[in-house]
Amino acid sequence: MTDTANPPVPATPGRLRVMLRRHPTILWGSGILGLVLLLAVLAPVAFTADPRQVFPLDRLKPPTGAHWFGTDMLGRDIYSRTVYGARISLIVGFSVAACSVAAGLAIGLVAGSNRWADAVLMRILDGVMSIPAVLLAIALMAVSGAGIGNVILALTVAETPGVARLVRGVVLSLREQPFIEAAVASGSRYGSILLRHMLPNTVAPLLVQGTYVCAAAMLLEAVLSFIGAGTPPDVPSWGNMMAEGRAYFAIAPQIILFPGLLLSLTVLAVNLIGDGLRDALDPRLARQH
Amino acid sequence: MLSYILRRLAATIPTLLIVSLFIFSLLYIGGGDPAAMLAGGEASAVEVEKIRETLGLNDPYLSRYMDWLTAALQGDLGQSLYSQKPVTELILQRVEPTAMLTVTTMIVVLVLSIPLGILAAWQAGRATDRAVMIFAVVGFSVPIFVVAYVGIYFFSVQWRLLPVQGYTSPFEDFPDFLGHMVLPSLALGLTLSALVARITRASMLEVLSQHYIRTARAKGLGDRPMLLRHALKNAAVPIVTVIGLAVATLIGGVVVTETVFAIPGVGRLTVDAILRRDFPVIQGVLLVFSFVYVLVNLAVDLSYSLFDPRIRYR
Repeated sequence: MTDTANPPVPATPGRLRVMLRRHPTILWGSGILGLVLLLAVLAPVAFTADPRQVFPLDRLKPPTGAHWFGTDMLGRDIYSRTVYGARISLIVGFSVAACSVAAGLAIGLVAGSNRWADAVLMRILDGVMSIPAVLLAIALMAVSGAGIGNVILALTVAETPGVARLVRGVVLSLREQPFIEAAVASGSRYGSILLRHMLPNTVAPLLVQGTYVCAAAMLLEAVLSFIGAGTPPDVPSWGNMMAEGRAYFAIAPQIILFPGLLLSLTVLAVNLIGDGLRDALDPRLARQH
Repeated sequence: MLSYILRRLAATIPTLLIVSLFIFSLLYIGGGDPAAMLAGGEASAVEVEKIRETLGLNDPYLSRYMDWLTAALQGDLGQSLYSQKPVTELILQRVEPTAMLTVTTMIVVLVLSIPLGILAAWQAGRATDRAVMIFAVVGFSVPIFVVAYVGIYFFSVQWRLLPVQGYTSPFEDFPDFLGHMVLPSLALGLTLSALVARITRASMLEVLSQHYIRTARAKGLGDRPMLLRHALKNAAVPIVTVIGLAVATLIGGVVVTETVFAIPGVGRLTVDAILRRDFPVIQGVLLVFSFVYVLVNLAVDLSYSLFDPRIRYR
């Protein structure tokens, strides 16, 4: 009996599994999102044609065996374009979520820690937040020009204030907690309190907020592209496809319908994950919503 | 109350100053030369220099901002680079369709979402509640233009019940106006209804768990007066708050909806201005929309005392 230093850890029932069983929306959401993700990753081999290749003889065809979702006004395969469009949507959604969570976390921690910084930062954020997100993103796109990078940047600017406010709120309420007071009393430096005690407590709300930001970013990207201020026109993004289909809607609704459907489904999946996570991570809210 | 309103109005001034500084700075955020950007890619150096001079771009930054702001406060938002008309005039010409669309959408939202939210809270946990919650999640995920085009496809193209696009002023032909507004306000209202229905349900559930509701039930009060007279009034504050915040979504949605339905409003003006890189118009529209948004939320704050007499303003 010498190896008592490493007692066998009893197999826990798995917090993740319990969480998924109690909140099946997470499972549904992840399932749908996983499928879309798989399709996007495997786009070149997922039974697709070149999304930019034109078939002049097959213009505006309804769905057939050769073109599952039909063809658009140039005879391009809508299924292939929709699958490639998923890449744009997912890249924009995930990047904006990651960037605005990172930026919002940094701003929120600083604002929550320093009264002077708080006063200045919150006034600025209030100002940015009084410009409706779509308009702010549109204006930034008008200045910076079409491009996926610019879309991500513009949407990050629009979404960061919300995240920063959330983090600041968490930090401010934590500061009143006894365990933080204890840490202060025991002589911990503020920096280490911030990193070791406060940061971990922002993870749960940030995870939830991050998923909502991701869903919002995917919708906003489509809006931007749809009105001609998003991804460059030659990129097969869902918003661009729907914009192109506008003139042909009465005769070829499939051009708008399929990307629109996929966009709705993807956003729905992300929102389901967000709702499930919120209920799972914050039992107080679960009762109400 | 009046002094409170005045103080709150004063408190919005710093926010609006920051908004205006931000909007003014937009031209410079891109890092490029604003004069060259305004002139377009093909402009000669002389033309660029001319624009620089007429716009006063050679003046110091803050003095340009102050000039712009002073003019804006006097109702002068500059001139459109495209049509050479005053921006204020362009916006005023387009206000009516946008205002009408906002009003009809708000009616749709209130009529749809609040009864649904009350119903879901009343039937909490049952099938009706589930259905409303599914509507809330789906409604919040489907983009406006998808709802819009599906609506156009069935109601206008297939069944020919409603006009496809366009706008008629209610002061000219009211029935025609209504016909044109049905699809746009439904499409725009769906997202917001989902949001408001959700909050209505949550807020009602919170109130329904209170002791005075139990007392009301115990004294034999029926469901209807309990829900409508006792619960809804006490649940109103969060609902009104969300409606105020949702105005941002509404303004964003107006831009899309007006594009899809070819409604000649401020949203359409915004999109046209972006496609033409007409910066004075973009800045003017942003400023007006943000101002409206801030004022709406101020009004929401002030309305709290109507719903909850315990909230008093001094």
